[in-house]
Formats: sequence, C-alpha cells, structure tokens
Amino acid sequence: MSFEEKGIYTVHEFTLVVKGILTSGQFNDVWIRGEISNFKNHTSGHRYFTLKDKNSSLQCVMFKWHGQNLRFEPEHGMKVLILGDLDIYEQRGQYQLKVRAIRPDGVGELYKAYEQLKNKLAMEGLFSPEHKKTLPRFPKKIGVATSETGAVLHDILTVLKRRYPVNILFIPTMVQGESAANSIVHSIELLNRTDVDLIILGRGGGSLEDLWSFNEEIVARAIFGSKIPIISAVGHETDYTIADFVADVRAPTPSAAAEMAVPDRQELFNQVKRIRELLIERQKLHISDRTLYAAELRKCVDPGLLQERIANYMQYIDDINERKTRCIERIIEVRTSRFRECAGKLDAVSPLGTFSRGYSIAMKLPGKTIVRSINDIEKNDEIQILVNDGKIKCDVNDKEEIKWK
Amino acid sequence: MEMNFEDKLAELETIVEKLEKGQLSLDESLELFEHGITLSRECNAMLKNARQKVEKLIEEDNNLKSEDFALPDDTIKGHNF
Repeated sequence: MSFEEKGIYTVHEFTLVVKGILTSGQFNDVWIRGEISNFKNHTSGHRYFTLKDKNSSLQCVMFKWHGQNLRFEPEHGMKVLILGDLDIYEQRGQYQLKVRAIRPDGVGELYKAYEQLKNKLAMEGLFSPEHKKTLPRFPKKIGVATSETGAVLHDILTVLKRRYPVNILFIPTMVQGESAANSIVHSIELLNRTDVDLIILGRGGGSLEDLWSFNEEIVARAIFGSKIPIISAVGHETDYTIADFVADVRAPTPSAAAEMAVPDRQELFNQVKRIRELLIERQKLHISDRTLYAAELRKCVDPGLLQERIANYMQYIDDINERKTRCIERIIEVRTSRFRECAGKLDAVSPLGTFSRGYSIAMKLPGKTIVRSINDIEKNDEIQILVNDGKIKCDVNDKEEIKWK
Repeated sequence: MEMNFEDKLAELETIVEKLEKGQLSLDESLELFEHGITLSRECNAMLKNARQKVEKLIEEDNNLKSEDFALPDDTIKGHNF
C-alpha cells in the first residue's frame, strides 16, 4: 500500500499512538531491578537517572511528589528495585520509567514478599473495613504485647497512666528475630484467653528486616482471628507492616496507640462537668417555668377577686330576698281583694238579704223542693215557708194562678 | 454489679435529654435531677480514683496466671527495640 492509501502521521501523532500502546496498562506497576547511574537531583525537585544492568539501560524519572516518601537518597552505583509505570517522553520520542518507589535491593526479596502477601491478604479481605472491630470506649483492662525490655512498654504505660489509668496485662513478647512471629502469635492467643478488652501490639522503629515478623502471614492471621480488638503500633509513623493493615486500628507509634486506647481523663472530667452544668441549667429552667405557672394560677385565685365575687353573691341574695318579700305581699294583697269581692258577691246573692226585705221561700215537703210555680204543688200538700227569722209549716188550702205581667 | 463509667455517663446524658424535653412533672424532674447529680458525682469519683495496675501474664503448664509487674528503672533508659 502506498502512503496515499495508508495516510501519513506527523511525528507527534505517531509518538502519541506509540504512547497510547505502551502506556495502556501492561507496563504499569512494574518492579525493575538494576543499578543507578547518572543520578541527578534537579532543582525542580524531580530526580532523573538511568537504571542499567550489564546489557541495557533505562531512562527513569521520579517526580517530586513521589520522591517525598523516599526513605533514602539514591546514589550512583546503588543497586535498587524500582517501582514505576512506563511512559513516553514525547519531546524526544523516548520511553522512560515514571518511578513511584525506590528500594534498596539488599532487602529486595523482602519487599517482594511483603507486596505479595499484602496483595494476597487484601484479596482475601483481611484488611476490609467490615472486619474491623470497634475499640471499647472505656476499656477496663488492656493487654499489651511487646518486648519486656525497651522503651515501648514504658511509653505505653506512661501515656496510659497520664491519660486514664486502667488495668494492664502485659505479656512479654519477642518482637525481633527468628522466633518473633511465633511469639507474637502466641501472645495474641494467650491474651484472647484473658479478660482484657483491648490489645496493643507494639514495637519500636527499625529496618524492614527488624520489623519483619510483623509482615509474616501467621501474625496477620492471628491478628485477624483475635476476638479482642487490636491496635497495632509497629515502628515509626512511616513504617507500614502487614500487621498494621490487618489490625483493627493502626497507630503510628506505641505512644499514639496508648492515646487511642483510652479516653482522656481530663476531657472526661470536663465532659461530666459540662453535663452537670447542663443538668443544673435545665432544672433551673424547669423550676422557673413551674414557678411562673404557679404565679399564673395564683393570679386566678386572687383574694380581692374572691371578695368581689362574694359581695356580688351577697347582693344577689339580698336582691332575691327583697323580690321574694314583694311577691308574697302582692300575693296576699291579691288574695285579700279577691276575698272581699267574693264576700260582696256572696252577700248580694244571699237569701238572708231577701228575707229581711220581706221575701220568703216556700218548699214542698217532704222533699224540700223549692216552689216556683202553682204547678209545683197540689191542694192539701204540706209546705214549709222560710222567713227572716224562722220557718213556718203550712197546709195548702187553695192555689190560684195570677198573671203578674 | 455496679455500673461502669460508660453506663453511668450514658445514663447521665439520657437524663439531661429527658429534662431538655421538659414533659415531666416537677416531682419527676426533681427525682431525675437528683439522680443525675448523684451520677455525675460517681463519675467524677470513678475518674478521680482510677489507678493504673500493671500485671504480667504468665503461662504455666498451659494455665494462665498473672503477677504484679513494675518496670525496672534501668530498662526505661534502655535502647529502643
């Protein structure tokens, strides 16, 4: 195919294509062993050097931000292991390694083992947050597994004493040397048979070889298997061991572990004091609230008000009394006048008046029916005549009709 | 069994909360208040009386026992492992 058909790259385009292929992942995160030459610590903070062996050389750059974690300064001729990602320096079309870590090759094998175990355990989930146990807020008894000699135990005890004195169960533990890993495992297992509610696993700083027992798998598994929460405090702040990853909490130093293990007594004093003040404050408020309410109630039962009410009632009673009297008087009055009226009427219709004027009433005997007509009687009937002062018994001799009108 | 510091502190916090809600009768609140003050005194006493006691764990024939332990002064200045 001619170039007309295939097209033409610019240099830069070509470089970018190559870069794309080389940096696609296959050459990321690679460890390379070699010897440093042409080391240059640039004023920009970036480090440039060539890594080489008998037959080849490789351009390397370590940018400032990665170099910050270097625990030693690389030198010309130094045998090292470097960790980095393949990169293309576009301006020169040159491939190079972007270095993230440099380690001395003397312990190169240890590093490899460390990384391998770390990856394996991470895959298994030994470092997962969901397996982390919560530390007791107020531990009653703390198990401390560390060397009987050395400053670590002293540091831990001192800090614990200062912050919050508790019971401590110390178990002498070998933290360096051939049998250290077994000793650590044994201590963790023994402490799990006691009543401690927290374990501090501690060791001072040292080289990678010194700290090695804390990178061993049996230690990692013992920590993971512990039913009691473990704070690991191994080495200095910058040292990370596998134990640190598995432990429930990692402390940068043994003193820091002690600080994490217990609350600060002074702070607790202050907290109790604060709560107490709050308690008193609340109660004061509550009481004043009730007092106000009581005052409010008292206002409702004011003696003045009561008196006024009583006076009111008394007046009402007087009023009623008066009305009652008036009523009775009126009733009597009405009755009296009605009586008089009746008496008058009675007088008017009384036959007694009529008798006195000379009238009399005749009644037929023996029925004493009043005689109103000559038809009421017959000749020889007996009649009685009522007059003003008595009665007269008569026999009827005769009767005659008279037309008065 | 006597309550530990944590429980006492928690109860103290609960009491303050209850008082804050303020739906209590005066009698109830006085009772709670009194209990709260007692608890705070006990908390203080517990803090004040806390003492460090260090024991060393010893394994003997697969049995565990412990004995009092004190740091020898010279190891304090000893080198750091």
